[in-house]
Amino acid sequence: MVEEKNIFGIREFSIYYVDFTAVKNVNLDIETNKITAIIGPSGCGKTTLLRSLNRMNDLIITCRVTGQVLFRGVDIYHRDTDVIELRRRVGMVFQKPNPFPSSVYENVAYGPKIRGIKKKSELDEIVEKALIRAGLWKEVKDKLNESGLSLSGGQMQRLCIARSLAQQPEVLLFDEPTSALDPISTANIENLLQELQKTITIVIVTHNMQQAARISNYTAFMYLGELIEFGDTDTIFVNPQNKLTEEYLTGRFG
Amino acid sequence: MTAIFDEELNALKEKILKLGCMVENAIRDSVKALVERDSELSKEVIKKDHLINALDVGIDEECVRLIALRQPMARDLRFITTAMKITTDLERMGDFAVNIAERAIELNEEPQLKSFVNIPKMAEIAQSMVRDALDSFVTGCSRLPYEVIKRDDEVDDLTVRNFEELLGLMIQDPKIIPLAVKRTYIAKYLERIADHATNIAEMVIYLCKGKMIRHMELPESE
Repeated sequence: MVEEKNIFGIREFSIYYVDFTAVKNVNLDIETNKITAIIGPSGCGKTTLLRSLNRMNDLIITCRVTGQVLFRGVDIYHRDTDVIELRRRVGMVFQKPNPFPSSVYENVAYGPKIRGIKKKSELDEIVEKALIRAGLWKEVKDKLNESGLSLSGGQMQRLCIARSLAQQPEVLLFDEPTSALDPISTANIENLLQELQKTITIVIVTHNMQQAARISNYTAFMYLGELIEFGDTDTIFVNPQNKLTEEYLTGRFG
Repeated sequence: MTAIFDEELNALKEKILKLGCMVENAIRDSVKALVERDSELSKEVIKKDHLINALDVGIDEECVRLIALRQPMARDLRFITTAMKITTDLERMGDFAVNIAERAIELNEEPQLKSFVNIPKMAEIAQSMVRDALDSFVTGCSRLPYEVIKRDDEVDDLTVRNFEELLGLMIQDPKIIPLAVKRTYIAKYLERIADHATNIAEMVIYLCKGKMIRHMELPESE
Protein backbone atom coordinates (compact mmCIF):
# COMPACT_ATOMS: atom_id res chain seq x y z
CA MET A 1 0.00 0.00 0.00
CA VAL A 2 1.25 3.44 -0.85
CA GLU A 3 1.48 5.60 2.28
CA GLU A 4 -0.43 8.86 2.08
CA LYS A 5 1.76 11.88 2.67
CA ASN A 6 -0.47 13.11 5.49
CA ILE A 7 -1.93 10.72 8.02
CA PHE A 8 -4.12 13.40 9.62
CA GLY A 9 -5.94 16.25 7.94
CA ILE A 10 -7.42 18.66 10.47
CA ARG A 11 -10.05 20.82 8.74
CA GLU A 12 -11.69 23.97 10.11
CA PHE A 13 -11.64 22.25 13.45
CA SER A 14 -12.91 23.90 16.65
CA ILE A 15 -13.34 22.51 20.15
CA TYR A 16 -15.71 24.04 22.73
CA TYR A 17 -16.13 23.49 26.45
CA VAL A 18 -19.64 24.89 27.11
CA ASP A 19 -19.12 28.56 26.16
CA PHE A 20 -15.34 28.48 25.98
CA THR A 21 -13.67 27.91 22.60
CA ALA A 22 -10.46 26.00 23.36
CA VAL A 23 -9.42 25.42 19.74
CA LYS A 24 -10.45 27.85 17.01
CA ASN A 25 -10.81 26.86 13.39
CA VAL A 26 -7.54 24.96 13.06
CA ASN A 27 -6.35 23.68 9.69
CA LEU A 28 -3.32 21.42 9.93
CA ASP A 29 -1.87 18.40 8.15
CA ILE A 30 0.16 15.83 10.08
CA GLU A 31 2.70 14.11 7.85
CA THR A 32 3.06 10.34 7.98
CA ASN A 33 6.12 9.00 9.85
CA LYS A 34 7.33 12.42 10.93
CA ILE A 35 7.48 14.07 14.33
CA THR A 36 5.20 17.08 14.66
CA ALA A 37 5.60 19.21 17.78
CA ILE A 38 2.88 21.49 19.12
CA ILE A 39 4.14 24.35 21.25
CA GLY A 40 2.53 27.35 22.89
CA PRO A 41 1.86 28.90 26.29
CA SER A 42 -0.29 27.17 28.92
CA GLY A 43 -3.96 27.21 28.01
CA CYS A 44 -3.36 27.75 24.29
CA GLY A 45 -5.29 24.61 23.38
CA LYS A 46 -2.38 22.41 22.35
CA THR A 47 -3.22 19.51 24.68
CA THR A 48 -6.91 19.80 23.79
CA LEU A 49 -6.02 19.58 20.10
CA LEU A 50 -3.72 16.60 20.74
CA ARG A 51 -6.40 14.77 22.71
CA SER A 52 -8.92 15.34 19.95
CA LEU A 53 -6.81 13.25 17.55
CA ASN A 54 -7.92 9.99 19.20
CA ARG A 55 -11.12 11.41 20.71
CA MET A 56 -9.88 11.41 24.29
CA ASN A 57 -11.95 14.60 24.65
CA ASP A 58 -15.08 12.45 24.35
CA LEU A 59 -14.51 11.63 28.01
CA ILE A 60 -15.26 15.26 28.88
CA ILE A 61 -19.01 15.53 28.80
CA THR A 62 -19.23 19.27 28.03
CA CYS A 63 -16.81 19.05 25.13
CA ARG A 64 -18.15 19.49 21.60
CA VAL A 65 -16.40 19.91 18.26
CA THR A 66 -17.05 21.33 14.81
CA GLY A 67 -15.08 20.70 11.64
CA GLN A 68 -13.27 17.52 10.70
CA VAL A 69 -10.32 15.42 11.73
CA LEU A 70 -9.52 13.13 8.82
CA PHE A 71 -7.48 10.07 9.77
CA ARG A 72 -6.29 8.40 6.59
CA GLY A 73 -9.02 10.32 4.82
CA VAL A 74 -11.89 9.30 7.13
CA ASP A 75 -13.49 11.71 9.59
CA ILE A 76 -12.95 10.28 13.09
CA TYR A 77 -15.88 12.32 14.41
CA HIS A 78 -18.31 10.52 12.13
CA ARG A 79 -20.91 8.60 14.15
CA ASP A 80 -19.80 5.26 12.65
CA THR A 81 -16.29 5.58 14.03
CA ASP A 82 -15.20 2.70 16.28
CA VAL A 83 -13.56 4.77 18.99
CA ILE A 84 -11.89 1.81 20.69
CA GLU A 85 -10.26 0.80 17.41
CA LEU A 86 -9.32 4.43 16.76
CA ARG A 87 -7.50 4.60 20.10
CA ARG A 88 -5.67 1.35 19.28
CA ARG A 89 -4.43 2.84 16.02
CA VAL A 90 -3.73 6.25 17.59
CA GLY A 91 -2.16 5.69 20.99
CA MET A 92 -1.37 8.19 23.69
CA VAL A 93 1.39 8.61 26.25
CA PHE A 94 0.86 11.09 29.07
CA GLN A 95 2.91 13.56 31.03
CA LYS A 96 3.04 11.49 34.21
CA PRO A 97 4.03 7.85 33.69
CA ASN A 98 0.89 5.85 34.50
CA PRO A 99 1.56 2.09 34.39
CA PHE A 100 -1.25 -0.17 35.54
CA PRO A 101 -0.76 -1.47 39.09
CA SER A 102 0.26 -4.85 37.74
CA SER A 103 3.41 -6.60 36.54
CA VAL A 104 5.64 -5.29 33.77
CA TYR A 105 4.47 -8.21 31.62
CA GLU A 106 0.77 -7.61 32.29
CA ASN A 107 1.09 -3.91 31.50
CA VAL A 108 2.25 -4.70 27.98
CA ALA A 109 0.09 -7.81 27.46
CA TYR A 110 -3.11 -6.04 28.60
CA GLY A 111 -4.04 -4.51 25.23
CA PRO A 112 -3.36 -7.62 23.12
CA LYS A 113 -5.33 -9.75 25.62
CA ILE A 114 -8.32 -7.44 25.31
CA ARG A 115 -8.01 -7.75 21.55
CA GLY A 116 -8.47 -11.48 22.06
CA ILE A 117 -4.95 -12.86 21.87
CA LYS A 118 -4.81 -15.71 24.37
CA LYS A 119 -1.89 -17.92 23.35
CA LYS A 120 0.94 -17.54 25.86
CA SER A 121 3.71 -17.91 23.26
CA GLU A 122 2.12 -15.26 21.07
CA LEU A 123 1.70 -12.87 23.99
CA ASP A 124 5.29 -13.50 25.08
CA GLU A 125 6.49 -12.54 21.65
CA ILE A 126 4.40 -9.36 21.52
CA VAL A 127 5.57 -8.31 25.00
CA GLU A 128 9.22 -8.92 24.19
CA LYS A 129 9.02 -7.09 20.86
CA ALA A 130 7.24 -4.10 22.38
CA LEU A 131 9.74 -3.87 25.24
CA ILE A 132 12.64 -4.12 22.80
CA ARG A 133 11.19 -1.35 20.63
CA ALA A 134 10.67 0.80 23.70
CA GLY A 135 14.35 0.28 24.61
CA LEU A 136 13.39 -1.30 27.92
CA TRP A 137 13.89 -5.04 27.35
CA LYS A 138 17.47 -5.28 28.63
CA GLU A 139 16.54 -3.51 31.83
CA VAL A 140 13.39 -5.50 32.67
CA LYS A 141 13.76 -8.92 31.07
CA ASP A 142 14.63 -10.45 34.44
CA LYS A 143 11.82 -8.73 36.31
CA LEU A 144 8.84 -9.13 34.03
CA ASN A 145 6.75 -10.27 36.98
CA GLU A 146 7.64 -7.35 39.20
CA SER A 147 5.22 -4.45 39.51
CA GLY A 148 5.38 -1.83 36.78
CA LEU A 149 5.22 0.74 39.56
CA SER A 150 8.57 -0.46 40.96
CA LEU A 151 10.47 0.93 37.96
CA SER A 152 12.20 4.33 37.79
CA GLY A 153 10.33 7.30 36.27
CA GLY A 154 12.07 7.01 32.90
CA GLN A 155 11.55 3.24 32.83
CA MET A 156 7.86 3.63 33.71
CA GLN A 157 7.45 6.07 30.83
CA ARG A 158 9.12 3.62 28.43
CA LEU A 159 6.85 0.89 29.84
CA CYS A 160 3.86 3.08 28.93
CA ILE A 161 5.32 3.48 25.43
CA ALA A 162 5.79 -0.31 25.21
CA ARG A 163 2.17 -0.75 26.32
CA SER A 164 1.08 1.47 23.43
CA LEU A 165 3.42 -0.26 20.96
CA ALA A 166 1.93 -3.67 21.79
CA GLN A 167 -1.26 -2.35 20.16
CA GLN A 168 0.63 -1.78 16.88
CA PRO A 169 -0.43 1.84 16.60
CA GLU A 170 0.03 3.95 13.47
CA VAL A 171 0.26 7.17 15.43
CA LEU A 172 1.48 7.93 18.95
CA LEU A 173 0.39 11.10 20.70
CA PHE A 174 2.70 12.36 23.44
CA ASP A 175 1.56 14.92 25.99
CA GLU A 176 4.72 16.38 27.55
CA PRO A 177 6.20 12.90 27.98
CA THR A 178 9.45 14.00 29.61
CA SER A 179 8.43 16.90 31.84
CA ALA A 180 8.62 14.66 34.92
CA LEU A 181 11.95 13.06 33.91
CA ASP A 182 15.64 13.83 34.48
CA PRO A 183 17.88 14.81 31.51
CA ILE A 184 19.22 11.27 30.95
CA SER A 185 15.76 9.67 30.90
CA THR A 186 14.63 12.54 28.69
CA ALA A 187 17.46 11.84 26.23
CA ASN A 188 16.48 8.14 26.23
CA ILE A 189 12.88 8.99 25.39
CA GLU A 190 13.93 11.49 22.71
CA ASN A 191 16.21 8.92 21.07
CA LEU A 192 13.37 6.43 21.25
CA LEU A 193 10.93 8.82 19.57
CA GLN A 194 13.34 9.36 16.70
CA GLU A 195 13.73 5.61 16.33
CA LEU A 196 9.96 5.02 16.42
CA GLN A 197 9.37 7.76 13.89
CA LYS A 198 10.69 5.45 11.16
CA THR A 199 7.50 3.40 11.42
CA ILE A 200 5.07 5.49 13.47
CA THR A 201 3.79 9.03 13.12
CA ILE A 202 4.41 11.06 16.26
CA VAL A 203 2.66 14.17 17.53
CA ILE A 204 4.12 15.67 20.69
CA VAL A 205 3.00 18.51 22.89
CA THR A 206 5.91 20.02 24.77
CA HIS A 207 6.67 23.03 26.93
CA ASN A 208 10.34 22.39 26.34
CA MET A 209 11.11 24.33 23.18
CA GLN A 210 14.61 22.91 22.96
CA GLN A 211 13.01 19.48 22.89
CA ALA A 212 10.76 20.49 20.00
CA ALA A 213 13.82 21.91 18.23
CA ARG A 214 15.87 18.76 18.88
CA ILE A 215 13.48 16.08 17.75
CA SER A 216 10.66 17.38 15.57
CA ASN A 217 10.42 17.72 11.80
CA TYR A 218 7.52 20.16 11.96
CA THR A 219 6.43 22.61 14.60
CA ALA A 220 3.02 24.14 15.18
CA PHE A 221 2.74 27.21 17.39
CA MET A 222 -0.64 27.82 19.05
CA TYR A 223 -1.89 30.81 20.97
CA LEU A 224 -5.35 31.41 22.49
CA GLY A 225 -6.76 28.39 20.69
CA GLU A 226 -5.51 29.45 17.27
CA LEU A 227 -2.82 27.88 15.15
CA ILE A 228 -0.54 30.88 14.64
CA GLU A 229 2.25 29.34 12.61
CA PHE A 230 3.13 25.92 11.26
CA GLY A 231 6.21 24.91 9.31
CA ASP A 232 9.54 23.11 9.17
CA THR A 233 11.09 23.10 12.62
CA ASP A 234 14.25 24.67 11.14
CA THR A 235 12.31 27.62 9.82
CA ILE A 236 10.19 28.09 12.93
CA PHE A 237 13.20 28.21 15.26
CA VAL A 238 15.63 30.17 13.09
CA ASN A 239 13.38 32.45 11.09
CA PRO A 240 9.75 32.42 12.19
CA GLN A 241 7.47 34.48 9.99
CA ASN A 242 4.90 35.50 12.58
CA LYS A 243 5.65 38.13 15.19
CA LEU A 244 3.83 36.19 17.94
CA THR A 245 5.92 33.08 17.25
CA GLU A 246 9.08 35.20 17.36
CA GLU A 247 8.08 36.77 20.68
CA TYR A 248 7.17 33.43 22.22
CA LEU A 249 10.39 31.70 21.15
CA THR A 250 12.59 34.55 22.34
CA GLY A 251 10.78 34.80 25.68
CA ARG A 252 9.44 38.30 25.01
CA PHE A 253 5.81 37.35 25.12
CA GLY A 254 3.06 39.75 26.13
CA MET B 1 15.48 35.97 32.17
CA THR B 2 14.34 38.30 29.40
CA ALA B 3 15.47 41.54 31.03
CA ILE B 4 18.93 40.17 31.78
CA PHE B 5 19.24 38.64 28.34
CA ASP B 6 18.22 41.92 26.70
CA GLU B 7 20.92 43.71 28.70
CA GLU B 8 23.46 41.11 27.62
CA LEU B 9 22.47 41.50 23.97
CA ASN B 10 22.77 45.27 24.27
CA ALA B 11 26.17 44.94 25.89
CA LEU B 12 27.23 42.66 23.02
CA LYS B 13 25.99 45.21 20.50
CA GLU B 14 27.97 47.95 22.23
CA LYS B 15 31.12 45.84 22.18
CA ILE B 16 30.73 45.34 18.42
CA LEU B 17 30.27 49.08 17.96
CA LYS B 18 33.37 49.77 20.02
CA LEU B 19 35.33 47.31 17.90
CA GLY B 20 33.92 48.96 14.78
CA CYS B 21 35.05 52.37 16.04
CA MET B 22 38.57 51.12 16.73
CA VAL B 23 38.78 49.56 13.27
CA GLU B 24 37.46 52.68 11.54
CA ASN B 25 40.09 54.73 13.35
CA ALA B 26 42.82 52.27 12.39
CA ILE B 27 41.84 52.48 8.71
CA ARG B 28 41.61 56.28 8.80
CA ASP B 29 44.96 56.65 10.61
CA SER B 30 46.80 54.19 8.39
CA VAL B 31 45.72 56.03 5.25
CA LYS B 32 46.49 59.40 6.85
CA ALA B 33 49.94 58.11 7.81
CA LEU B 34 50.48 57.11 4.20
CA VAL B 35 49.23 60.30 2.57
CA GLU B 36 50.89 62.63 5.09
CA ARG B 37 54.06 60.50 5.28
CA ASP B 38 53.68 60.22 9.05
CA SER B 39 55.54 57.06 10.17
CA GLU B 40 54.85 57.79 13.85
CA LEU B 41 51.12 57.52 13.17
CA SER B 42 51.77 54.24 11.31
CA LYS B 43 53.52 52.88 14.37
CA GLU B 44 50.55 53.90 16.52
CA VAL B 45 48.20 51.89 14.30
CA ILE B 46 50.46 48.84 14.48
CA LYS B 47 50.86 49.19 18.24
CA LYS B 48 47.11 49.38 18.87
CA ASP B 49 46.17 46.31 16.82
CA HIS B 50 46.42 43.99 19.82
CA LEU B 51 43.49 45.87 21.39
CA ILE B 52 41.35 45.04 18.36
CA ASN B 53 42.43 41.40 18.54
CA ALA B 54 41.62 41.18 22.25
CA LEU B 55 38.15 42.66 21.79
CA ASP B 56 37.49 40.28 18.87
CA VAL B 57 38.30 37.30 21.11
CA GLY B 58 36.21 38.77 23.93
CA ILE B 59 33.18 39.14 21.65
CA ASP B 60 33.52 35.58 20.36
CA GLU B 61 33.70 34.23 23.90
CA GLU B 62 30.66 36.26 24.91
CA CYS B 63 28.69 34.91 21.92
CA VAL B 64 29.55 31.31 22.80
CA ARG B 65 28.56 31.97 26.41
CA LEU B 66 25.20 33.41 25.37
CA ILE B 67 24.49 30.48 23.05
CA ALA B 68 25.31 28.01 25.82
CA LEU B 69 23.47 29.71 28.67
CA ARG B 70 20.57 31.51 27.01
CA GLN B 71 19.88 29.07 24.16
CA PRO B 72 18.77 31.87 21.86
CA MET B 73 16.18 31.33 19.16
CA ALA B 74 14.76 33.13 16.16
CA ARG B 75 16.00 36.73 15.91
CA ASP B 76 18.21 36.41 19.02
CA LEU B 77 19.96 33.43 17.46
CA ARG B 78 20.47 35.30 14.21
CA PHE B 79 21.73 38.34 16.11
CA ILE B 80 24.38 36.35 17.96
CA THR B 81 25.57 34.41 14.91
CA THR B 82 25.72 37.68 13.00
CA ALA B 83 27.76 39.24 15.81
CA MET B 84 30.24 36.35 15.66
CA LYS B 85 30.76 36.80 11.93
CA ILE B 86 30.90 40.58 12.06
CA THR B 87 33.62 40.55 14.69
CA THR B 88 35.79 38.32 12.49
CA ASP B 89 35.33 40.67 9.55
CA LEU B 90 36.21 43.68 11.68
CA GLU B 91 39.31 42.03 13.07
CA ARG B 92 40.51 41.24 9.53
CA MET B 93 39.97 44.88 8.55
CA GLY B 94 42.17 45.86 11.49
CA ASP B 95 44.89 43.58 10.12
CA PHE B 96 44.66 45.27 6.72
CA ALA B 97 45.00 48.68 8.40
CA VAL B 98 48.19 47.34 9.97
CA ASN B 99 49.38 46.20 6.54
CA ILE B 100 48.71 49.67 5.11
CA ALA B 101 50.61 51.22 8.04
CA GLU B 102 53.58 48.89 7.43
CA ARG B 103 53.70 49.76 3.71
CA ALA B 104 53.41 53.45 4.66
CA ILE B 105 56.52 53.20 6.84
CA GLU B 106 58.43 51.55 3.99
CA LEU B 107 57.21 54.09 1.41
CA ASN B 108 57.97 57.03 3.71
CA GLU B 109 61.66 56.08 3.57
CA GLU B 110 61.65 56.51 -0.20
CA PRO B 111 61.02 59.65 -2.25
CA GLN B 112 57.35 60.35 -3.01
CA LEU B 113 56.44 58.64 -6.28
CA LYS B 114 53.49 60.89 -7.13
CA SER B 115 50.64 62.23 -5.09
CA PHE B 116 47.95 59.76 -4.08
CA VAL B 117 44.65 60.19 -5.87
CA ASN B 118 42.83 56.87 -5.97
CA ILE B 119 43.94 55.60 -2.58
CA PRO B 120 42.38 58.35 -0.41
CA LYS B 121 39.19 58.05 -2.46
CA MET B 122 39.11 54.27 -2.01
CA ALA B 123 39.80 54.68 1.70
CA GLU B 124 36.96 57.17 1.99
CA ILE B 125 34.46 54.83 0.32
CA ALA B 126 35.69 51.80 2.28
CA GLN B 127 35.37 53.70 5.56
CA SER B 128 31.87 54.86 4.69
CA MET B 129 30.97 51.24 3.92
CA VAL B 130 32.24 50.08 7.30
CA ARG B 131 30.36 52.87 9.07
CA ASP B 132 27.09 52.29 7.23
CA ALA B 133 27.29 48.51 7.58
CA LEU B 134 27.64 48.91 11.35
CA ASP B 135 24.93 51.57 11.46
CA SER B 136 22.55 49.20 9.72
CA PHE B 137 23.49 46.49 12.22
CA VAL B 138 22.51 48.81 15.05
CA THR B 139 19.48 50.60 13.66
CA GLY B 140 17.82 47.53 12.21
CA CYS B 141 16.38 46.80 8.85
CA SER B 142 16.60 49.43 6.12
CA ARG B 143 17.96 49.99 2.63
CA LEU B 144 21.37 50.79 4.06
CA PRO B 145 23.01 47.34 3.85
CA TYR B 146 21.97 47.09 0.18
CA GLU B 147 23.62 50.48 -0.51
CA VAL B 148 26.80 49.25 1.16
CA ILE B 149 26.93 46.18 -1.07
CA LYS B 150 26.49 48.31 -4.20
CA ARG B 151 29.29 50.66 -3.16
CA ASP B 152 31.73 47.74 -3.21
CA ASP B 153 31.73 47.96 -7.02
CA GLU B 154 33.12 51.51 -6.87
CA VAL B 155 36.04 50.32 -4.77
CA ASP B 156 36.67 47.44 -7.16
CA ASP B 157 36.71 49.85 -10.13
CA LEU B 158 39.15 52.16 -8.37
CA THR B 159 41.42 49.21 -7.58
CA VAL B 160 41.61 48.36 -11.27
CA ARG B 161 42.11 51.99 -12.28
CA ASN B 162 44.86 52.41 -9.70
CA PHE B 163 46.63 49.33 -10.98
CA GLU B 164 46.43 50.40 -14.62
CA GLU B 165 47.79 53.81 -13.78
CA LEU B 166 50.72 52.38 -11.85
CA LEU B 167 51.36 49.80 -14.58
CA GLY B 168 51.75 52.65 -17.08
CA LEU B 169 54.28 54.33 -14.81
CA MET B 170 56.20 51.09 -14.27
CA ILE B 171 56.48 50.51 -18.03
CA GLN B 172 57.85 54.02 -18.50
CA ASP B 173 60.33 53.70 -15.66
CA PRO B 174 61.10 50.22 -14.31
CA LYS B 175 63.14 51.73 -11.46
CA ILE B 176 59.93 52.66 -9.65
CA ILE B 177 58.58 49.08 -9.69
CA PRO B 178 59.36 48.37 -5.99
CA LEU B 179 57.45 51.48 -4.92
CA ALA B 180 54.61 51.02 -7.37
CA VAL B 181 54.09 47.40 -6.31
CA LYS B 182 53.70 48.54 -2.71
CA ARG B 183 51.10 51.03 -3.83
CA THR B 184 49.16 48.29 -5.62
CA TYR B 185 49.30 46.28 -2.39
CA ILE B 186 47.75 49.16 -0.50
CA ALA B 187 44.92 49.43 -3.02
CA LYS B 188 44.38 45.69 -2.64
CA TYR B 189 44.20 46.02 1.16
CA LEU B 190 41.53 48.70 0.82
CA GLU B 191 39.66 46.60 -1.69
CA ARG B 192 39.69 43.72 0.81
CA ILE B 193 38.47 46.03 3.59
CA ALA B 194 35.51 46.95 1.38
CA ASP B 195 34.85 43.22 0.83
CA HIS B 196 34.68 42.66 4.58
CA ALA B 197 32.29 45.61 4.93
CA THR B 198 30.18 43.92 2.24
CA ASN B 199 30.20 40.71 4.32
CA ILE B 200 28.90 42.66 7.29
CA ALA B 201 26.11 44.20 5.20
CA GLU B 202 25.16 40.75 3.93
CA MET B 203 24.99 39.41 7.49
CA VAL B 204 22.79 42.36 8.51
CA ILE B 205 20.38 41.37 5.74
CA TYR B 206 20.45 37.83 7.14
CA LEU B 207 19.72 39.21 10.60
CA CYS B 208 16.71 41.13 9.26
CA LYS B 209 15.29 38.68 6.76
CA GLY B 210 16.64 35.31 7.81
CA LYS B 211 18.02 34.76 4.30
CA MET B 212 21.65 34.24 3.36
CA ILE B 213 22.34 36.32 0.27
CA ARG B 214 26.07 35.69 0.07
CA HIS B 215 27.41 34.55 -3.30
CA MET B 216 24.15 35.50 -5.00
CA GLU B 217 22.98 38.28 -7.22
CA LEU B 218 21.99 41.18 -5.02
CA PRO B 219 18.22 41.14 -4.61
CA GLU B 220 16.40 44.45 -4.80
CA SER B 221 15.67 45.68 -1.30
CA GLU B 222 12.06 45.95 -0.26
